[in-house]
Order: sequence, then C-alpha cells, then structure tokens
Amino acid sequence: MQKTSSLARLAQASVLLMGAGYLGSAQAGILEDVQARDTLRCGISSDKAGFSFLTNDGQWTGMDVDLCRAVAAAVLDDADKVEYVVTTAKNRLTALASGGIDVLSRSTTWTASRDANLGVDFTTPWFYDGQGFMTHADYGVEKLEDLDGALFCLSPGTTSERNLEDHFGRRGLSYRTIVIEKSTELYNAFQQGRCDAITNDVSGLAARRTLFANPDDYIMLPDVISKEPLGAYVPQGNAEWRDIVTWTAFALMNAEELGVTSENIDELRDTSKNPKIARLLGTDGRIGERFGLSNDWAYQAIKQVGNYAEIFNRNVGPDTPLKFERGLNRLWSDGGLLYPAPIR
Amino acid sequence: MTTPPSHAEPISQTVASPLPNAWQWARRHLFPSPGHTVLSLITLAFLLWFVPTALDWLIFSATFIGESQADCTGGGACWLPISQRIEMFVYGFYPDTQEWRVNVAFALAAGLFPLLYAKRLDRRWILAYLAALPFVMWWLLKGGAGLPEVSSTKFAGILVTVFLGVVGMVFALPLGILLALGRRSSKPIIKMLCVLYIELIRSVPVITLLFMASLMVQLFLPPGVFIDILLRVLAVLILFTAAYMAETIRGGLQGIPKGQYEAAKALGFSYWKTMGMIILPQVLRNTIPPLLTQFIGLFKETTLVMIVGVLDIVGIAMSTTAAPEWLGLEHEVYLFLAMFFFVICFALSRYARHLEKQLERSRS
Repeated sequence: MQKTSSLARLAQASVLLMGAGYLGSAQAGILEDVQARDTLRCGISSDKAGFSFLTNDGQWTGMDVDLCRAVAAAVLDDADKVEYVVTTAKNRLTALASGGIDVLSRSTTWTASRDANLGVDFTTPWFYDGQGFMTHADYGVEKLEDLDGALFCLSPGTTSERNLEDHFGRRGLSYRTIVIEKSTELYNAFQQGRCDAITNDVSGLAARRTLFANPDDYIMLPDVISKEPLGAYVPQGNAEWRDIVTWTAFALMNAEELGVTSENIDELRDTSKNPKIARLLGTDGRIGERFGLSNDWAYQAIKQVGNYAEIFNRNVGPDTPLKFERGLNRLWSDGGLLYPAPIR
Repeated sequence: MTTPPSHAEPISQTVASPLPNAWQWARRHLFPSPGHTVLSLITLAFLLWFVPTALDWLIFSATFIGESQADCTGGGACWLPISQRIEMFVYGFYPDTQEWRVNVAFALAAGLFPLLYAKRLDRRWILAYLAALPFVMWWLLKGGAGLPEVSSTKFAGILVTVFLGVVGMVFALPLGILLALGRRSSKPIIKMLCVLYIELIRSVPVITLLFMASLMVQLFLPPGVFIDILLRVLAVLILFTAAYMAETIRGGLQGIPKGQYEAAKALGFSYWKTMGMIILPQVLRNTIPPLLTQFIGLFKETTLVMIVGVLDIVGIAMSTTAAPEWLGLEHEVYLFLAMFFFVICFALSRYARHLEKQLERSRS
C-alpha cells in the first residue's frame, strides 16, 4: 500500500515537472490574462462546509470562496467576476500547474515539497489549522498513544495521511486505515463505526462533530500532531501575480487591524485622518498601481467582501452552524498568528 | 422460439376449469408444496410490512414543501434539499435567462427515442438527426454563432449527465463499428492498430483514463491551448465505450454466414457496399440488445467524471449533502439519485426488450 502511494506520488511529481517546463512561457502574465478575460478562474473544493459549498440558489460560498472574490474585486473591481472550477484533492495542484486555473483556494496546506516541486507557489496562510483526532467516547481513550492498532478513516492524497504515518511510525505504534475519497462519506463511515478514529484538521473535525446525530458520543483528543497553514496557491514563476494574491489577503487582515469594515469603509475613506487607513484604501500613495492594479484595489476587496473578521464570522464563526473559535486565527495583537505585513 | 408442451400440466385439467380463478393461480404458483408455502408466506409478510413502511416514509409522512430542515417535521423523508435545489440539479449554474437552451437540448435528445421507434421514417433522416444531434446540442449549450457563450464551468447536474450520456452514445457507436470492421480487416496494419487499441483500452479501468484526461493531457499540449475538461472526459467515455462496442459488433459480424460475403462479391459489390447494404444492417439488428445494454452502462459510467472535478448530478448531490443546512439528509439525496438513474436506465432497458421482441417477430 505504502509503496504504491509513494510510486504514485513520484509519477505525479514527474508529470508535473514535465508540465512545469511550459509554465515559463504559458503563464507569462497571469494578471494580463485575467484582465483580458475579465474573469478570475479560481479552483475550489465542492464540499467543504464553511470553506466552499453551494447555497440553495447555486452560489458558491465559504472562506475559500471569499478569498477568490476578494482577489477578483481587487483585480477586476467586481467580486462576482469569478469562474469557479471544482477541483479534487488529487487534481488540484495539476490543474494549477497546467494553467487551468489562476488561483487555487482550496484549504491546501503550505508545505515545502509542494512549494518546491510541483510547479506551484504558496501565497500566504489564510487559515491556521492543525491535525487532530476524534474517536468514539465510549472507548475511554484519553491520548493518542491509546489508539495503538486502531483503524483510521482517511481521505486519500492529503497531508493527514503522511502525518499519521510519521507520527505513529516514529513511536513504533501500529494502525490500519480505510481510505474514502469524499468527506461526507468519510464522516458517515466513522459515525457508523466502520473505523475507530478519524483524523483531519481540527477545524474540520470540530465542524463535523457539531453536525453529527449525537455529538456527545465522540471526543476530540488533545493531541495536535501537525501544523496546517492553509491558503491559496498560484502557478510557479509569476512573482507579480503571487504578490497580488498575497497582498489581497494581507489587505483584508490589515483592514481588521485598522477597524475598517465593509460597512464603515466609505465613511472612513472620507473622514479618517489615519495615514495607515489612507494608504490601505488608496487615498494616499500609489501602492495599487505598483501592483499593476488600480489604487483602490484594497478598497474594492474590503467593500465587496469584508475584512478578515467579517469573512470569518460570516462563514465559520459563532453564528454559523460550524461555531469555530478564532483560536490561532486571531490577529497577532490579540494573541493569534495573523500578522499581516504592513501596507506602506 | 417455441416451448415444448409441458408435461406437468395435463391438458384435461385446464379444460375442466375454464375459469382459472385467483385461488387456483395462487395454489399453483405460491403454495404448491409445504416448503413453497412457508417461503411465500414469509415473503408476503415482509412485503405487507415493507411496502407500507417505505411508502409512508417516502411519500405520506414526507415533507415536500418548506424552506429549511426545520420544516421537516413529518417524521418521513425530507425532500427539501431536492425541491429547494431542483433548478441546480437540472440546470447546474446555467444562467437563468438561457435555460430554454438546455430545455431545447433535452427535448432534442429525448426526441431520439420516438424516432428510433418510428418504422415508416426514412432511415437516412434518422441517421442525419443522429449525426447532427451532438453538434447541435454542443452549440445550444455552449453558445457561439448567434447565441451568447456560456462557460462550461456553469455546466452541472443533470445537464452534464444527459449531455455526456447522449453525445457519448451517438459517437461511440460509429467508432465501434469502424473498430470492429478494422479488426476483421485483411490489411495487417489496420488490423494490428485496431486490435492494439481495443485490447489496450479494454485492459485499463475507465477511471485511470479519466485521470489521464484530467491531469496529463493538458501538460502535453502547447502553451495557451486549453481543451475544455468536459470535452476531455467526453472523449474518454466515447473511446472507452467504443472499444467495448467493437467487440460486441465483431461478435455480430462473425455470426453472418460466409456465403453472404461470397454472394456479394459475386454480384460485384465493393467492400463498403457489401458492408453498408448487406452485412451491417443484419449485424446491427442482431446486436441491438447488447449495444443498448452498453449504452445503459455508459450512462451510469458518466458519474465517474465527478472524481475529476466535473459536477454531474452526483457532484451536485455531494455538494448538497455538504451544505451545513442540509447535513444529515444523505439518504434522501442518494435515493433521489437512484430514482433518477433507475427511471432512465429502466426506460432504456424496456426499449431494448421491445426491440428484441420485434426482432423475434420479424425472424419467425
């Protein structure tokens, strides 16, 4: 099993490398391509509650989707000018490397091997997560070591599979796995007792547990075995485009830090004496132009999509069925990890 | 086919009771022996329990009208994720004002079946309709030449499933015929190529081919050239089905007596004339039932495209079960999928049965 998957990974990597040869010329100017096309092609997931899923009237929504919308607002002045391309865990990076999409915003972890090998570049973390474990409460399990020999439900091709292998292998513990592609079925299998434990990002586990038929029958273990900085990827070798996506995300976080929301933004633009706000909203300086955008790029993104706090609360916050805590995703000044570089 | 007269039914008995009533029928078919009786009773009891329970859950206690999961109070099935999203299930993300185009495309595809039933219609008209259908459908759905263009990322749901199914069927058959003829060709290169193709495709799972189409094809194309993912998976479905059809048709070709080829040759018929006017009409008539079975298989295989990121009806269903407001309603959503596929595949299989009967009649 293990041999096959590493072979498959090797094959995937080599195919991607072959493709990467084209990228230098094919992706010469993503910004120009996007502007000429007048739509942003954004790769998303089709079924991650809170991050990207469909509303009843056929609109994509969620935290990952909002990042796409913010980039579209910054580049094209209209958050609705996004063409969503559904990607799976397997084909997402290839879709990006081969030029099928301009941005991949699909809760993808920032790892060295992806950044180095696969013809893609990471932008900046959009959501900090970590890999945790959930198991049946009646097992009486208290820590991860107690799960020696347990049967795990996993989704294929994700970093969680690798982390589990590293963690258990190093401690000489054994485990077995059931691999299920679709997350809905993965959690159903766990609820039906087809496996002893399930491992995934803590946020995902917590969100799913609130939606289980009997949430109290399941416990989260205290162990968190990995760092999972999730965020958007762009095709490799296009620094200009990477800057735009990175700084759009930073702009939304800076907006929260400065207290700029989609509600008060017009008022602040006209009245605020704060030079930081003036620079962010483009009333002072020519930062947007240097990115190849208009100077109100950040204004458009914040106005149309909201600042980071608004996006978080709207999609996964306490008022949604998911009820996430801000946790690591608080601003640095509140004790979290969001430390957006200054816009000046 | 004639069945020999059964010895188990003495003729005198049938004559003696000219009005075989339900009781006699039941005694003969349900309770002929103690063992049978027990089995019949258990089955009947199960049905008496199961059918009302199922109907109650599916229909009588079910909720059809409402806004959110909170409205599902009847204790039965909650069909709201379907009824609230029916437009998305059918049209995907197709622009509202352009939905008539999807309706016309569906109607054209549905028009194929009465056409195939029609006996008096000139065959050339049917063939022309068949040949034009995929192109007209693509033009209608995708736009261009007078119609506003619609991005294929807006294609989803039943729209994708029907498109892939119908266009796949229309293209796979001619390709399958050519491959079958090629495989029986006397020209070694053609024969070798066809054998190689058929055997290669048949020995690789369709899922592998789909992954290749979605991941690898794009990497080998020159920069700037981008083939629509929908067309790529469609090509895979066509190439895959054609290889299987080729083998079915080859079976039909082998069933034609050699004398017919020789007679055609003696009359001075060329190869294509022999095939087109004498051999293929017979072969196709004989292989219609298995070919339709393959069409049913193709229609169900279209669901595999979901794993390469094309949102067919199954993809929409998956996304529905992931929406926070409809979580926990997987049963209803999957049942809806099952019913959708059952209705279409059952209709196709009845059609195959009808054709088979017609063939039997025309032979006797």
